[in-house]
Amino acid sequence: MPELKEELKEKLITQLSLEDIEIGEIGDNDPLFGSGLGLDSIDALELIVMLEKDYGIKLKDPKEGKAIFESITVMSDYIIKNRTK
Amino acid sequence: MIKETYYISGWCTIREGTVCKNGTLYYKDSDADTAKDFAKGLYAFMNLKYSKFHKMDSLCKLGFLASELLLTDRKDIHQDTALVMSNKASSLDTDRSYQESINDRANFYPSPSVFVYTLPNIVMGEISIRHHLKSENAFFVTDYFDASFHTKYANILLSTKKASQVICGWVDLDTDKYDVFLALIAKKGKKKLTQSSLHKIYNQ
Amino acid sequence: MISDAIISPLGFSTEENIQNLRLETTGIKEINDARLWSEPFYGAQIHTEKLEEAWSVVPIKQSYTRLEKMMILSVIKLIEENPYLNMMKCGIIISTTKGNIDALKDQNRKEYLDSIAKTIQHHFSLKTKPIILSNACISGGLALAVGKRMIQSGEVDDMVVIGGDILSEFTLSGFFSFQAISKVPCKPFCKNRTGISLGEAAAAVWISSRSTINTANGKEAIIISGDASANDANHISGPSRTGEGLYISIQRALKEAGCKSKQIDHINAHGTATMFNDEMEAIAFNRAELQHTPVTSLKGYYGHTLGASALIESIIAKHCLLNNELFASYGFEELGVSPSIDIVRVHRKQEIRTILKTASGFGGCNVALVLEKVTI
Repeated sequence: MPELKEELKEKLITQLSLEDIEIGEIGDNDPLFGSGLGLDSIDALELIVMLEKDYGIKLKDPKEGKAIFESITVMSDYIIKNRTK
Repeated sequence: MIKETYYISGWCTIREGTVCKNGTLYYKDSDADTAKDFAKGLYAFMNLKYSKFHKMDSLCKLGFLASELLLTDRKDIHQDTALVMSNKASSLDTDRSYQESINDRANFYPSPSVFVYTLPNIVMGEISIRHHLKSENAFFVTDYFDASFHTKYANILLSTKKASQVICGWVDLDTDKYDVFLALIAKKGKKKLTQSSLHKIYNQ
Repeated sequence: MISDAIISPLGFSTEENIQNLRLETTGIKEINDARLWSEPFYGAQIHTEKLEEAWSVVPIKQSYTRLEKMMILSVIKLIEENPYLNMMKCGIIISTTKGNIDALKDQNRKEYLDSIAKTIQHHFSLKTKPIILSNACISGGLALAVGKRMIQSGEVDDMVVIGGDILSEFTLSGFFSFQAISKVPCKPFCKNRTGISLGEAAAAVWISSRSTINTANGKEAIIISGDASANDANHISGPSRTGEGLYISIQRALKEAGCKSKQIDHINAHGTATMFNDEMEAIAFNRAELQHTPVTSLKGYYGHTLGASALIESIIAKHCLLNNELFASYGFEELGVSPSIDIVRVHRKQEIRTILKTASGFGGCNVALVLEKVTI
């Protein structure tokens, strides 16, 4: 679902205040943490809140986040499978 | 014990849309309605590239920009340069936005990236990261800029060798009313550090 | 450090608190209060009825918040126990992380930290207004360091350091959003730790340049012989992986105290029981060659009381020195940090002369104090 991927990129930029980055610069399979977008631990926590607020997904264990937030593709697949809103 | 004399080696102020460095006008923007917009304009004007800046709350942005003004082009800033700041409104500007996110239990999504800024000393953390200052930090809350206390405390840190230089000042933000003043206190400099000289340049 | 008073879930005097620590009684309980959190959680809260009972004998001049009552009660206790303490001649520092943050809802300006200084000044009819120190979780320890420095510089002879924070919806929800609240009472340095428990408390300490006050010749007194704070310069919310700021603080405090690592008999650590904090502390203690020194975290008794925590823990450390005893690190079962450190498992008597007190907090801040027993 390409729309969801675009939506996620937009959310990433606004909610994580990545003002120096344009939507086009985020590749679907780019790593979000570490060498990629350089997101950090607070960003990961913020994404957990976003999953719950916007998609009704509550992670049982915050450690799951690490795998889910690997890239836009992985995130969007996970949301499609688990979303409740 | 002979008391050593310390000096104010540089200073800057950010208030009411105006930025001054060492008493000279550096930047003016009377159009920005909010502290956030003003900080954004100043960041662009200073031609800075620091992605962490965008994540900061407005209090940190203003304190950070003031420290950039003070420290840019200086090669004599040591790792043990202490940061001693104060204000009146603590982190209330961000506290209020965080409180809004938890006011309604039906729409209750406390944000970790907002919560982390609900402490006034975070601004010193941001400046320490930027300039690799592994130094003394202290954040005080007072009714007004207490030049007397800052002078005393800077003297203590320098004379006991807990720091080789001190950045002290006032970093206050309360519903878009901002008042920022930072001064670098060192062994050499333009003006002798006294309560009245510090007070005077704060009011400049 | 002349005298002190603690107002906490473990009692309304230092003595009562120490009795409870000896009995290994914890103040952390399941709290079921929908105003604080929608589900039951573990925290250390002062019994409101007990607080009001203690407060009922205090002559009232104005309206007071919960935190102000706690702080004022600690100062009253300090004055009661020390007829020679002249508050008029003391410098006063108040350490608090969030103050009356619950007043944000009421918008009565009590949320401004400075209002607490005004209240304390007014209540005790002080000439000068106390100064507030708000430096995240190290506030209480840093306030003691600042007090000591003011005395050292000859600025004043006596300082009273007051500290306090309440358990509020504001901080609770924030730490929940950080996934940092433990589902069970916190377990510092333990393999099974999953986060912090929050608490509330207030305390007051009288420090003076004249260590002989209250003590006859030949008796023992506790002095702050070294102190330092240092920033990690690494991350605003996560502690440094190398324990850099804490390590630097310890080194500088030891240097000022003229003390070597092996002379430290006991460490009263920060030990919040988050994964990263405890690991970081263990790394810093190892780097400072303190891996064989017995370590206690008191968070298992008090929870994390923010701006009060390092102040209360320093008071307890002082009494450990005077009484030659080490308190058990409550909640600890099995070591859960990668570099080895020696956690105190049961309360024991032991001859000790020097304690290292440390604290670390958001913003990358760290503080270390060396408390030493001297014979007058």
